[in-house]
Amino acid sequence: MSQLTDALASDIATGDGAASGKAKKPAKAPKTKRGKLSVHIAHYKWLYVLLLPGVIYFAVFRYAPMYGVSIAFKEYVPFLGVNGSPWVGFQHFQDFFSNPDFPRLLGNTLILAALNLLVAFPLTIILALLLNEVRLSILKRTVQTLVYIPHFLSWTIVASLSFLLFALDIGPLFQFINGVLGTDIDILSDPNWFRPLIVLQEIWKNTGWGTIIFLAALSTVDQDQYEAAIIDGAGRFRRVWHITLPGIRSTIIVMLILAIGQMLNTGFEQIYLMTNALNRSVADVFDTYVYFVGITQGAYSYSTAVGLFKSVVGIVLIFGTNWLAKRFNQSGLF
Amino acid sequence: MKIHNTRGGRIFDAANYVFLALIGIITLLPFVYVFAGSFATEAEITRRAFFVWPEQFSLGSYEYIFSTPAFIRALVTTVLVTAVGTLVQLIFTVTMAYPLAKRNLRGRKLILSLVVFAMVFSGGMIPTFLLVKDLGLLNNYWALILPAAINPFSLIIIKNFFQELPAELEESAKMDGATEIGILWRILLPLSKPVLATFALFYAVGIWNDFMSPLLYLSDNSKWTLQMYLRQVTAASDLLGTGNADPAYIPPEQGIKFAVIVVATLPILIFYPFLQKHFAKGMLIGSVKG
Repeated sequence: MSQLTDALASDIATGDGAASGKAKKPAKAPKTKRGKLSVHIAHYKWLYVLLLPGVIYFAVFRYAPMYGVSIAFKEYVPFLGVNGSPWVGFQHFQDFFSNPDFPRLLGNTLILAALNLLVAFPLTIILALLLNEVRLSILKRTVQTLVYIPHFLSWTIVASLSFLLFALDIGPLFQFINGVLGTDIDILSDPNWFRPLIVLQEIWKNTGWGTIIFLAALSTVDQDQYEAAIIDGAGRFRRVWHITLPGIRSTIIVMLILAIGQMLNTGFEQIYLMTNALNRSVADVFDTYVYFVGITQGAYSYSTAVGLFKSVVGIVLIFGTNWLAKRFNQSGLF
Repeated sequence: MKIHNTRGGRIFDAANYVFLALIGIITLLPFVYVFAGSFATEAEITRRAFFVWPEQFSLGSYEYIFSTPAFIRALVTTVLVTAVGTLVQLIFTVTMAYPLAKRNLRGRKLILSLVVFAMVFSGGMIPTFLLVKDLGLLNNYWALILPAAINPFSLIIIKNFFQELPAELEESAKMDGATEIGILWRILLPLSKPVLATFALFYAVGIWNDFMSPLLYLSDNSKWTLQMYLRQVTAASDLLGTGNADPAYIPPEQGIKFAVIVVATLPILIFYPFLQKHFAKGMLIGSVKG
């Protein structure tokens, strides 16, 4: 999922990719409309041959599952297949909304998403601003090198590190936290510690990496404005507030829209790895619920309906935020 | 930029430098602790809260894991799947990106729109799982490779890269009688080596780190990859009900966990300098509009 965010972020930030390919087209393709299709294909047959594996890949592994979503409206029977299974309309959605799990899942998902958005997102910007103020390039580069590393580690490693650091009795952070609080809490299984732990992991893993895009934006802020501001007597913080932040405003908004669009994608791997029997009440989110109900219990249709509900809400969130951003006269995504 | 620095500014700078240095150290500390712990004795791990250097150097943890068939198998499997998967992803991506870079190819626009749509919308976990199941790929290593054979985003970046190479190169090659495939193989690929190397690294990291696909598609634990093994070893013994704790995967000692984490992390850390050299450039080619 984070790859998708990265992908979209860069693609949208560049304003490049497919969209610009289309935009440039009229200038460079005068011959497209001439000649018969069969002649065209015969002429470029090797290109079409090369295209084939990729097209098959997209048809099979990307578009067939999209078609497979239709089982959310069916009663999927394995030996009848996606096509043969009988339609049941919105039955699975009704079951889900009337299920007592629903409010809990929605709450857990939204709370984790909101915490990540309210804590991790601003921290990324603050870290980028602080790094941007560093003129000692050795320090800047060293810190950047170090804080990018965790992004490349798997969630399994992050979870394992957490298990060691917060291990009951012997973990260094267990001892530290319980020493400070003067109590004895098992951080790994206490439901009250689940959310802080998830946000902490997210911060450790991705805050540094997230600064890349903001640092790139910061490097484009007009330097003359700073000199003008200094002449006008603006101090360090006023310069950041009045020049730097407005200078990267559009990047912040684009990243915020993307983050909100990804809100419900609370990261299956991370949550799954940190879930245990004791913290399940706060740990269950849509993604892990789909896994437990769908894969381990075999309720394929029902869990597909849950997944579809989540995707639709995600898309509504993206368009909604984008609309809001435009209403407040900021540059939106599209 | 020359800025006349005030006293307040200098204090801020000093505080900022110290703070950022601390951030860097805090990021690094878990690794140092695990690395030190993997070379420590069991007694030291349970006795000392935190250390970055073992008092008594021991290779016991590594000796243990490398004598466990389950670990060796997971390691070898992961290396092979990563190698084959990276190659497959590169081949699939390049062969598709090259025709799509030709502006006058018919159907190109449609295919590109479908690729972009697939970037935003996906079938989700269950329909994809059922597809893999119907294809008979459950408990087959291809299930870790094929469903992710092309990353749409990488495809578009590589397509754009091909598109920006000078057209004259291809034209002159065509005059010399080169075929389309000859042009791709002899001219474009050698020119794109750095770009392809970057994507190869990113692909490799992705497959190496993948936990979700083996969890979904490999129920047979003799086929587990390193990430699955790691999860079982570190989570099984002290967390209640996290899963099916197979006795074969429960390590007898705490130190084993440290060693397995080190082995799973090391390749990433070794390749990190190469990744770092490229990611800023590769992933952010002209990224910010300004």
